[in-house]
Parts: sequence; structure tokens; C-alpha cells
Amino acid sequence: METIERPVVAERPAAPQADGPTLVGLGRPPYKTLFWRKLQDNLVQGFSVAALALAVGVMVWILATILIRGSEALSWDFLTTVSAPHGFKGGIGNALVGTLYVTLFAALIAVPPAICAGIWLAEFGKRSRLADTLRFSANVMMGMPSIVVGLFVYMILVVPMGANSGLAGSVALAILMFPVVMRTTEDMLMMVPDTLRESGLALGLTRCRVTLQIICRAARNGMVTGVLLAVARVSGETAPLLFTAQFAKGWPTHFFTGPTANIPVLINDYGMSNFEDLQTAGWGASLVIAALVLSINIIARVAFRDKKD
Amino acid sequence: MDTPRQEPQIKIRARKLSFFYEGGHQALFENDLDIPERRITAVIGPSGCGKSTHLRTYNRIYSLHRGQRAEGEVLLDGQNILDPKTDLLTLRRRVGMIFQKPTPFPMSVFDNVAYPLRLHFKLGRKEIEERVEAALQGASLWDEVKDQLRKSGLALSGGQQQRLCIARAIAAEPEVLLMDEPTSAIDPVATLKIEDLVLRLRERFTIVIVTHNMQQAARISDRTAFFYKGRIVEVGPTKQIFTAPREKKTEEYITGRFG
Repeated sequence: METIERPVVAERPAAPQADGPTLVGLGRPPYKTLFWRKLQDNLVQGFSVAALALAVGVMVWILATILIRGSEALSWDFLTTVSAPHGFKGGIGNALVGTLYVTLFAALIAVPPAICAGIWLAEFGKRSRLADTLRFSANVMMGMPSIVVGLFVYMILVVPMGANSGLAGSVALAILMFPVVMRTTEDMLMMVPDTLRESGLALGLTRCRVTLQIICRAARNGMVTGVLLAVARVSGETAPLLFTAQFAKGWPTHFFTGPTANIPVLINDYGMSNFEDLQTAGWGASLVIAALVLSINIIARVAFRDKKD
Repeated sequence: MDTPRQEPQIKIRARKLSFFYEGGHQALFENDLDIPERRITAVIGPSGCGKSTHLRTYNRIYSLHRGQRAEGEVLLDGQNILDPKTDLLTLRRRVGMIFQKPTPFPMSVFDNVAYPLRLHFKLGRKEIEERVEAALQGASLWDEVKDQLRKSGLALSGGQQQRLCIARAIAAEPEVLLMDEPTSAIDPVATLKIEDLVLRLRERFTIVIVTHNMQQAARISDRTAFFYKGRIVEVGPTKQIFTAPREKKTEEYITGRFG
């Protein structure tokens, strides 16, 4: 068996002396009292806990209100029957289906190009002028009031088509989703270490394969989470739908050409009405959409969490 | 004060020290180890043998992480620091630490060293300047940075950054210096500089150094402890460990047959 030479144990050299001031010469000065630092520590901790309690408290308050007021309306019939005017027994079935249509179609429009753009930004655009411009525009877009987006789509789609439509609502939501998905995709890809890219290239893979099969796979969970959170975010948006999808009394049979019922606009209309039965239905619809958004969030966090072990 | 020739005091005694990570995975098994005062103790062993984990109990730095816990005793000057009543600020003022990757704070070279001084001591401007210089001298960095004290600490080279971290640690006037593979992210020339530095610091501080480099352990340490799978296989004077190890496992490791 091959043996390696033992390391040689060194003779200890004499310690060289420094010319300037030495720590030995200066000695340890008296310590400051720890009292103020600990007080500060406790204050900051107390403040953090109070802030947390406030945030959680408000959330619990909102959820509790929705739950109490909304559960009165909730029933299987409520979820499956079509909406009806004051005095008639109705549900939110058409709005629920309409919201699913509008949101899913928005995701269909926005997600593929947004992911491609995110990949381009992270892998190819990097710090180039074009990439910086794109990032800046995305940031501006994310700050754009959603009602402006609704108005814009009204101008470019509803007016030329001569009618409100679910499709127009989807386009408005897609415009809101695009920058969010693009930036989260980019962020997730940027978190993949460069050594992984280099290892792929070193094996003789093309840039394309490295990007799609290795880098995107490594970032997959984060990317899916980003998409789900964006979907959850826009599914409750009301303002962009007011001018576009608007509302319809019946089932959403004319998604591409006619107004389409949806939950946010239903809540908006019912909430502002003077009739108690409609207000109760509005609370019920709030409960449904809140539960929907919450469950998408939970699914995104739990199911697509990166597992370490 | 004892001179290096005399038998030194024991600064830290670990007794039946066990360590558990989150989920109950046990990383250390009843370690007993004595760390002599103002000597260099090297801790060696293959990756994952628990040497860093052992070191990280000496200043309870592990308590930052949820679910990690130590059992047994670590006696610093006879006082068990694993006791929950131990004041962590006081403990860390006494036991400094240097990490594997240099960790200069995002501030100037001067402020990196002045930071612990302002934090721990009541000192005038002049005294702070004097001590910053002394600490940088002590870390063999002064000559290289004396004209660029206002520069960001992050702008220094890796080896310089690590010496800056040592200066920062010794400025706080600790009694013990823990070094967790301080040269593994640093080039060989800079490594030699740091080794010389560690040898000089031995005059003033009790040093425990974890290293995966056996030559380094042989070159600088007085005593060496060999860890394997969370247990201490052998401890003794460095010369004896490297020339006449008692345990077969130690022999195999230092001659490079595994690890």
C-alpha cells in the first residue's frame, strides 16, 4: 500500500516583535456595561413582536369578518346556481366559472412569454442595455395602477370589438401578470450558482440545453411558485375587469365576445347595493375568493418548496 | 504568568460533550477535550467528523440555528457555558471566532477594526486609532493597509480580508480565539502568512484551530486532537500524534490512507 510521508512537525520560530504599538502594551481597557445593549435588544425584540402581532391581528380580523359574514350565504346551491337580482334566490356559480376562465386564460397569455423573457434576462441579457431597459419597464409596469391597465384594454380591445368580453379581462390581467412572472423567473434563475452553468458547458452541452435542462430544472420550484403567486395576485383584481369583462347575469358562454361574470365585479356590485340579500351574497363571494387565493398561496408554499433532504 | 516551558493551565474543558442537529441527528458523542491556555490546539479529522461542530459549541454560536443543541459540559475557566443562564454577550466577548470564509463587514478597513472597540470599550478617538493600529499590527496587516484605512474592507484580497477579520477579533481583547478552517479559502502564500500570525498570537491567546490540512496542524499546533465520526479518537502533543500515534485510525489518517 502506498504511504505518504508524515507531515514534519516544525520547530517553533521565535516570535518577531512589531515596531508600532502592541496590544500587549495597551492591555484590555475596562468593558462598557452591557445594560444598554441588552435594553436595546429587548426593545427591538418587543417592537418586532408587536409589529408581528399587528400584522397577524389585522389579517385574522379580516378573515374572521369574511368568515362570519360570508358563511351565512355559503351553501352548495350558492356555489352552483347562477346569480339573480334582488328578491330572487341566486348564487355565484356563473361568476365563479367566469373568474376561473378569465384568470386561467390570462395565465395562458402571460406565463409563456414572461418565462421566456425571464430566462433571457437572467441567462443572456444580463447587464446589457436592452435588459436594463426591460427590467426598468417591468418595474414601472408593476407600479402601474391596475385601473389604468383596465382603461387601456378597454381602448384597444373593447372599443374596436364593440363589446365587453371575458377575453378583454384576461388580456388586462395578463398585462398585470407579465412583469411579476418575468422578474420572479429571473430572480430564481439568478440564484442558481454559475458553477452549475460552467459544469454543464464543460460537459459539452450547448447553452440552450444547459439553460433549459439544468438551470431551469434547478430553479423549477421557484418559478412555479412565482407563477402561482402571480395567479393568486390577479385573481382578485377588480379594477381591470370593470371596463373589460364587466359582468353578465348568465353563465359565461360568450367568453370571447361578450361580458363575462366574475367574482371581483360581483362583490363590487353587490357590496354597493342597498339590498340585504345581495350584500350577504357579496360576503359569501368574498369568502369564496379569499379561500381560493389563500389556498393557491398555501399550495405554492407547501407543494413547491425546495426540499433539502 | 507562566512561560511557554511550564505546564499550562487548562482554559477550556469539554466533558461528555454531545451535539444534536435539528431532527435529532447526533453529530458529537461524549467528547472530552482539554484546551491549554496560551497554546495552539489543532483539531483534525476527515470531512463531517464533527470538528467544526465541536468548535462551534465553545462560543455557543450554534444557538443561532433552530433545533441545534449541545449536551454535556464545556467549562471555560471552570464555568459551564452550556448552562442556559450563561450570558452570550459576555461569553462571545471572551471567546472570539474566525470563520472559513473571510467575513469583513461592509465598511472601511478602519471601521471594521474600530467596530468592536467602540462596542465593548469606552475609548477616546485617539485611543481607538491607537488600538486599531495595534490590532492591525498584531494581525500583520498594518504595513499593507496603513495608507488605505478608508477603503472598504471588501476591497482587500482574500488573505488580507482574513487577517482583517483576525485584527477585528483580537481588537475585542478576547481570551480565546476559535479558528474554523481559517485558511481553506485562501491561497498558499497568504496561508503561510496567517500561520506565522497564528504562531505569534499564541503568546497572548488560547487558540483552537480546526483544519483539514495536516501539514498545517503539524506546523503550528502544540497539541492535536483527531476526530472521527463525532468521537475524539486521540489527543496528545502534536509531535507524538504525528510521529507515534497510539491509535491505528490516527496513523491511517495522518499517512493519508483515508480522509
